[in-house]
Amino acid sequence: MKRVLVQTEDFDVAGELATLEALGGGGVASFTGVVRGGNGLAALELEQYPAMTRLQMERIVMDAGERWPLIGMTVIHRHGYLTPGARIVFVGTASRHRTAALESCAFLIDWLKVHAPFWKKEHFADGNTQWVASRSEDDARAHGWNG
Amino acid sequence: MLSIVYFAWVREMIGRDGEALPRPAPETTIADVISALAARGDGYAAALGDQQRLRAALDQHFTPLDHAIGDAQELALFPPVTGG
Repeated sequence: MKRVLVQTEDFDVAGELATLEALGGGGVASFTGVVRGGNGLAALELEQYPAMTRLQMERIVMDAGERWPLIGMTVIHRHGYLTPGARIVFVGTASRHRTAALESCAFLIDWLKVHAPFWKKEHFADGNTQWVASRSEDDARAHGWNG
Repeated sequence: MLSIVYFAWVREMIGRDGEALPRPAPETTIADVISALAARGDGYAAALGDQQRLRAALDQHFTPLDHAIGDAQELALFPPVTGG
C-alpha cells in the first residue's frame, strides 16, 4: 500500500496507524512532525510547488520501497497556515521486519526535508515574518542515506 | 516560450509568481537564464543576484544550475527547500 497526500487539512494519526497495522505485517513505525511554538511564533506558513510536490513525494516513496521490504507506506504533508501544535507531516511504514519499518521511516522524513518542494515562513505575533533557512545538517543526514 | 515559476522569497522579492520568456537556445544553462533575469535590476537583482542561494527544477526535476535548459517547458527558481 502506498498512500501519498498533500493537503491543507489535518490528518488522523490513529486512523493512519490503524490502516498500516491492518496490513498484517506485524511492524509499524511512524513519525509525526508538529509546529514548534515559542519565540512569539503565531503561525507557520508552508508554501509548495504544486506541480512538483506530489510527484516528488511519490518518487521518494518508490525509492524507499526499493530499499526496504515494505508492505505499507503513508506520507502526508500539509501546506498553508499552521499554528503552533498543529501537525505538519506524517510518515508511517509497515513491514514484517522492525528494522525495515524503523529505518525506512527515518529515511522518508530525512528525504522529505531536502527533496520535497516546500518552504516554511514564520509569522510572528508582532507582525514580523521570516523565511526559514535550510539547515546543513538536514542535507548531511539525507546525504548519509546515499552511502 | 519558456515558463518560469518562482517560489518563497524569490517570488516575494521579484513580486510575481511566474512569467514566460522567449525560448532560449537549448544549450543555454539555468545559470545563464538567472543572470539575464538578474540583469533586469530591482527585485530581480535582489532575488537572483547571488546564485549560491538558489536552487532550480526543470520540468519538476531538481537540476543543478550549470545544466542546459534543453527542451524543458518549465523552469522553477527557489531557495533550498525547508519542508518536513
